[in-house]
Parts: sequence; C-alpha cells; structure tokens
Amino acid sequence: MKAIVSVFAKDSKGIIAYVTALLAEKDINVLDISQTLLQEYFAMIMLVDLTDCGMSFVELSRYLADKGQERGLDIHIQRQDIFDAMHKV
Amino acid sequence: MSYLLNSSEILQTIQMINQQHLDVRTITMGISLLDCADTDMDACCRKIYDKICRCAGNLVKTGCDIEDEFGIPIVNKRISVTPVSLVAAACAGEDYAPIARTLDKAAKETGVNFIGGFSALCHKGFTDSDLQLIRSLPGALSETELVCASVNVGSTRAGINMDAVALMGRIIKETAERGFMGCAKLVVFANAVEDNPFMAGAFHGVGEPETVINVGVSGPGVVAHALKECKGESFDVVAETIKRTAFKITRMGELVAQEASRRLGVPFGVVDLSLAPTPAIGDSVAEILEIMGLERCGGHGTTAALALLNDAVKKGGVMASSHVGGLSGAFIPVSEDAGMIASAKEGTLCIDKLEAMTCVCSVGLDMIAVPGDTDADTISAVIADEAAIGMVNNKTTAVRIIPVKGRTVGDSVDFGGLLGSAPIMPLHRGSASEFIARGGRIPAPLHSLRN
Repeated sequence: MKAIVSVFAKDSKGIIAYVTALLAEKDINVLDISQTLLQEYFAMIMLVDLTDCGMSFVELSRYLADKGQERGLDIHIQRQDIFDAMHKV
Repeated sequence: MSYLLNSSEILQTIQMINQQHLDVRTITMGISLLDCADTDMDACCRKIYDKICRCAGNLVKTGCDIEDEFGIPIVNKRISVTPVSLVAAACAGEDYAPIARTLDKAAKETGVNFIGGFSALCHKGFTDSDLQLIRSLPGALSETELVCASVNVGSTRAGINMDAVALMGRIIKETAERGFMGCAKLVVFANAVEDNPFMAGAFHGVGEPETVINVGVSGPGVVAHALKECKGESFDVVAETIKRTAFKITRMGELVAQEASRRLGVPFGVVDLSLAPTPAIGDSVAEILEIMGLERCGGHGTTAALALLNDAVKKGGVMASSHVGGLSGAFIPVSEDAGMIASAKEGTLCIDKLEAMTCVCSVGLDMIAVPGDTDADTISAVIADEAAIGMVNNKTTAVRIIPVKGRTVGDSVDFGGLLGSAPIMPLHRGSASEFIARGGRIPAPLHSLRN
C-alpha cells in the first residue's frame, strides 16, 4: 500500500534525516520526496511504500505522530487514495 | 518519479482538512426492520434490538478505521431504520415508546450518535399505526437521547394532509412541554426522501435494500475559502469555483462511502451532496453568502445567492459520485451556523427570509427557536406554509421548530454540541386557528399529473 507522509514544522536542521530514519527503521521505502518552505515553516511531503512494514496503519500513524512530537514535528500519514480521488478525474 | 507527487494538490487537501473544516459529516447505515414485525410488542423490540446490533456492530469501528487511514474526520456514524409506524403496525393499539427505548438502547450499544426512523409517512392519510406513533412522540422523544423522529405530512403527488399538519402543531407543543431537546430531534417533512443520511430526518425507506450505506459530505469552510480568492469576479466565476470545490469534496465522500461499503459488506447507496454547517467559526453557509458580497445573510440578495450556491454544489458534486441522493444542497439550520446565529440575533435574518430561502435550498425551516407561548395552530400554520412550498416546487421541505418553554424574543437557547445555540425568533401575530381547524387535505397541484 502506498501512503503520503506529510511533515510540518518550524524549519531546523536534520528534519529529513530524522523522518527518513524513522521510516527506514520500520522497513518503509521512500518513493518520492517534495519539500518546501512556507514562510519560515517547513513542509515536506513523501510518497512511501508500506509493503514491508509490519505495523498496522493505525499503529504506524500513532507511532509517527508521537515520534514527531518528540522533536516538535507535526507528522501525518494518510493513504494515497484520498489525494488521487480528490484531484484526479 | 515526480509524476507520483503533486505537492500543491496534497497541501491543498491537507489544508482543507486542517484549516477549512473539511470532513465527512456522516456515514449512515440504513437497516430494514420490516422483518421485525410482531404482534407482541416485547418480541418486536427484541427482534429490532438484535437486528440493529447485528448489522451495525462494526459500523463505528469501521468509520474510525477509515478516519485514521485516510486522515479525514468522519464526524458522525449513524443508523436509519424503516419508519417505525410500518414495523409496529402489527402491534398497533399500544404505545410505541418501548420501541423508541429499544432504538435508543441499540444506538448506545453500537456506539452511534443518533438513530433515525421513529417515523410515520402520512402525506395522504393516517393508518392506525401512524396515529399511534405520532401520539407516542412526546413521550418517546423525552425518554430517549439518541432517537430522531420524522413525520411526512405532504407530497407533490398526494397534496398536504392538513389533519396531520394540525396534529403535528399540537404534538410539537406537547413535546416542548417536556423539554426543548425533544423538538430538536423531530422533523416534519413534505416530500421526505428515503435515503437521507442526515439527522434528524433520516429513515430507511421501503424502496431501499436490506441494509445500505449512505454518506453525507460537508465543507462550507472549503467553499468559503475558495470564494475568498475570487473577490469582485462575476457570478460565472463564482459558480465555476463552487462547482470545482464541490467536485473535490464529493470525490472524497464517494471514496469514503465506497470504502465503508466494501469493509462492511453493505451495498453503497448514495452520497448526499450537502453543505452542512456547524457552529464552528469558518464552517458557515451564511459566511459563503456574505463572501459573495452581502453585508449580512438575511438581507436582500440572500435568496439569489443561496440559489446559485445550492445549484452549483449539485452540479459540481454530481459528476464526482456514482450515485447522488438524499437531500443534496445547502442546509440552513439557524442554530448550527455561526453566521446565521449572528444575523438572527441582530434581526436581519427573520422567519420570512428563511421561508424564502427554503424555496431555493435543500430543506426547510431548520432549528428555529420560537417563543414558548407560541400556540399549536401557529406552529401548524408554519408547517403548512413550508409543506406548500415543497409540494408546489417538487422539492423536500422540512420544519424543525422549537418552542422554548418560558423564553421569549430576546432570549436565546443552547442545544449543545453540533446543534449549537439560537436566539428566540419572533413569529407573526394573527391567528391561523380557523384555517388549521378545517382539516382534510390540500389537493395535489396540477403538475402531479405527469403520467
């Protein structure tokens, strides 16, 4: 299953490294990354593949949210379908 | 691999959810209770309870799972059932309050936040069971928390059952005597639809399958945000913008509906394309009308603005879903919309303007608090006016009116939660008692003869 991970935070060094390490630790492959600064805020969107991830979606979602909070990051994971449904005819 | 990601679209969706109150307003499971009929009231109640718990046992969990995986809030999970006047007909002669208590218990057991269908369809006349159900309403609504009731008193094809209109005025008064919350759970319809997922008027019609999943979308905040970007543009641009936004909102609703249907093994019915406001700031239909250029919702121009909004929402949504139904359009529940509350408080939004607005939007006079000393015939006359609008215009209209005991114009009332709060609105003086006392039926308008 593919999913979109979105990360919002005040910009600082090492955010990408921190998040990708979390994902790698759970056997999640990153397929694509897009990153931008909205004023001083950092916004990153990643397309990830969950095929080898052993956790359930809900567990993973809570894990990422908690781990994000530890470092002041707002991390969400959502199934890709919702973005496709909304923006593709 | 950039074809995989369009970050501006993804950010737009995330902003819609996080900042513009985009949500799926309700997943409603319709359940037929026709097979629960029994001459023994206790047996009937037992069958109803078992069937609802069996069919909807996983509804709330499934809804929560979808919420977690897609990251889209699903505000309400609800159940609608076959109109109870049909199910209970075999045990007519008894009070139907035990069935309401059973529905309440089943709703609590399954974890849903409302159950609709304590209903009677009597647009052409009453069965004994319809009358029994209607007479049970004040008790049933005061003794239960989650049960919603509705009565259909008119239709384009049958005309208006004025005996039912007269009776409902008295029933609403009697219900209000026992507490105003009862009236917030009671809708009087003309042209009620069988697949409406929204409360308080949801019931599972007889043309529906055994069980069904209907989804109601929402998103006034998203439309408002989009319209802020086209200040000063022509109505052509306004209509196009609303259509595009409604399309996106509805696609999300369709996805959730299909997913819920698949996971529960229950057929997908319809997506109801509605703009349903909440009392939260930025989630208001009135605000959309004001962004279109009106100083206040309720001023002159409001009806035209609402007509455009209502039509554009449907046009945008209809291509986004495989099956559209329910009420589909903009809702204008006064107490549930921050902009309408403000406008009603300052007196700009009055009952007459609301009545005009109901001619062009999806339902009717909704969540209107009126003085506690309003007489039953006046309430019946308000219902008759709305039913006439529905009958002649071939659309659903509804009245959810709440006489608040001991309060009068200038006071307000707090219903709590999504039901919000409302100022007590003045109604016109001048008795309609002689009119209402006539009884009988107002004949169907000529355009019913289409065959």
